[in-house]
Amino acid sequence: MATLNLLQAVNDALRVEMRRDNRVVVLGEDVGKFGGVFRATAGLYEEFGPQRVIDTPLAEGGIIGAAIGMALYGMKPVPEIQFSDFIYPGFDQIVSELSKMRFRSGGQYACPVVVRTPFGGGIKGGHYHSQSPEALFIHQAGLKVVAPSNPYDAKGLLLSALRQPDPIIFFEPKRVYRASKGDVPEGDYEVPLGKAQVLRAGEDVTVITYGAMVHEAIDAIAKAEAQGIDCELIDLRTLWPLDIDCLVESAQKTGRVVVVHEAPRTCGLGGEISALLQERCFTHLEAPILRVTGWDTPFPYTLENEYLPLAPRILQGIEDSAAYIA
Amino acid sequence: MARAAVKAKPSKSAKSKAAAKRTLHAVPRRADPFTLGGQQKVEVYTSMLRIRLLDERMMTLQRQGRIGFYGTCNGQEAATIASAYALRASDWIVPALREAGAMLMRGFPLVPYLAQVFGNSGDITKGRQMPSHPAGRAVNQVSWGSCIGSQLPHAMGAAWAAKLQGHDTVVIGYLGDGATSSNDFHVAMNFAAVFQAPVVFVCQNNHWSISIPTHKQTASESIAIKAKAYGMPGVKVDGNDADAVYAAVAEAVARARSGGGPTLVECETYRMGAHSSSDDPTRYRDQAEVDAWKKRDPIEGYRARLIAEGHWSAKKDEALRAELLEQINAAIKTAEALPPPDHDTLFEDVYFDLPWHLQEQRAQFKAALQRAGGSLAGALPGSAH
Ligand SMILES: Cc1ncc(C[n+]2csc(CCOP(=O)(O)OP(=O)(O)O)c2C)c(N)n1
Ligand SMILES: [Mg+2]
Repeated sequence: MATLNLLQAVNDALRVEMRRDNRVVVLGEDVGKFGGVFRATAGLYEEFGPQRVIDTPLAEGGIIGAAIGMALYGMKPVPEIQFSDFIYPGFDQIVSELSKMRFRSGGQYACPVVVRTPFGGGIKGGHYHSQSPEALFIHQAGLKVVAPSNPYDAKGLLLSALRQPDPIIFFEPKRVYRASKGDVPEGDYEVPLGKAQVLRAGEDVTVITYGAMVHEAIDAIAKAEAQGIDCELIDLRTLWPLDIDCLVESAQKTGRVVVVHEAPRTCGLGGEISALLQERCFTHLEAPILRVTGWDTPFPYTLENEYLPLAPRILQGIEDSAAYIA
Repeated sequence: MARAAVKAKPSKSAKSKAAAKRTLHAVPRRADPFTLGGQQKVEVYTSMLRIRLLDERMMTLQRQGRIGFYGTCNGQEAATIASAYALRASDWIVPALREAGAMLMRGFPLVPYLAQVFGNSGDITKGRQMPSHPAGRAVNQVSWGSCIGSQLPHAMGAAWAAKLQGHDTVVIGYLGDGATSSNDFHVAMNFAAVFQAPVVFVCQNNHWSISIPTHKQTASESIAIKAKAYGMPGVKVDGNDADAVYAAVAEAVARARSGGGPTLVECETYRMGAHSSSDDPTRYRDQAEVDAWKKRDPIEGYRARLIAEGHWSAKKDEALRAELLEQINAAIKTAEALPPPDHDTLFEDVYFDLPWHLQEQRAQFKAALQRAGGSLAGALPGSAH
């Protein structure tokens, strides 16, 4: 066991898998000698060389498109998109190509590409360094979407992602790249995809979230506890296909659900979770399912604390849910 | 009443058209349109020095934690300023990261410029963008997002629109060397040549795209040569020589204005500083390379030339420096004291008007803010950078 931050855990997962499987290559902008602008690929260039840790020209469509070709030919490319805000020049390659290859070729071809990309706000990055575009990818048939909140999960989920047969968008919460630290086993282990984690068991209100907002929710839940509200906290970890059984079980137990995400509210994952739960546990619900989210505006520069669904707004959501009398 | 309003319109637009026709520069141009006169050179030099001094102050403020981020023009002042100097006030600039200094030369005031850096209520873009991303309609400088290359089709399209409407406006679209790899570079170059748009693409080849050297960005022997395949002239100039930059861009602008179509001008220059305040270039580039380029500093070189040509003196230089610094420091003082943007600005300008869902969310926001005692700040520590 070593204490690593989330960035180091990602780095460790890449190293473990690159040692194990020489078909794994990392490609993207500044990932080589520089080790990535956040340093997620630090040291990999030195260990694996320029054939496997590849600095590309500045073109996300090229990075994703080339990764598709590599995957078709049997390699395991791991593209890094420097900020998920810059994934859009490669969006067509993801939406029309990466996610559809298996289906349109009748299962003959597949693209096990894991696209790693930092997401989320709170770093004073303005709109173009802060967005949370996960719902756009969940909406695409053929993609899996993952977002760890802590170092242990980041390493284990990334290792699982690298070993399964479908394309994955792997969102890394950059706000807690360094702030989130924890024990991480050395060497190999996997955290299964499609399994949420109950971080805190509780009886009164279920709080469902992922990524950096897990840490805000922990703070809000501690404050709620002081008021006598006992929350259950679920970290989704895999955003799609999500762990429906875990969510249903919790919602049936508490009857009160608050979903938290940084992404804008409309057509966000919170809306989908709300629909899934009311379809499955309508009679168990004791309050409307609430969404505490980013607003339906572009991500601002100065007013980011006003935009983000941070602990104070999460706490209010919990209080409102707990107080609701049908 | 209504008729009067309709009548008032053309006279107003005729007036602004006349104003737009006025050249930006106080000094009339000489017979050779691509060579700067002494007084013009001094204007160019002044603007180069202003942005250099301003950038230096901003980096200090960034290190002191007074601003969040900054991207300088350091080493690229000639490429930025002398190229923009080739434009009329009515011409448009579609910038990338390093052309904010052109706005100041074209008359954008310092205080709102700095308020943008502070992201406060004095910022006409309402604190919505990171520092170094200003925009000013009054000086025809369009808003840049951050997405590398995305601005180039806009430059082409604006120029195309000018042509379609019979205006003689020219547009400069700026880009870095890295942007030449983007999808949008190809699109813009191709459209511009096919439709013979009056656009000049000015590429600041500063040798680096964050940590990627230009030779890893493209296998072409130059950036200028790419123009050939698209069917437009491509010119490569010493981007640290203000006179050379001006001559090349002024010629391209004149060609565009007279219906001769687009040009790609590659200014070979060097990013003397870090990519931005978030970057540490010692991790990926050799100090010897930086030192070699230091000897070709565009401002030092131009000052020496101006003095040699008899347009300038050490004494005047000292006075100018002091004057610019005083202006900058006074503007910082004024701009920094301004309060943050009003909370309502968060919901404005998403659309022209405020649809029901944003009205509802604004009300929810205000209620949440009040209920939280005036602050919605969270538990997590600040910047990850
Ligand atoms: C589409 C896109 N991808 C990645 C980035 C991150 N990024 C910001 S600046 C930059 C390098 C730009 O290099 P260049 O075009 O040469 O401009 P310079 O910074 O040298 O002026 C990168 C990769 C971005 N802003 N947009
Ligand atoms: Mg560059």
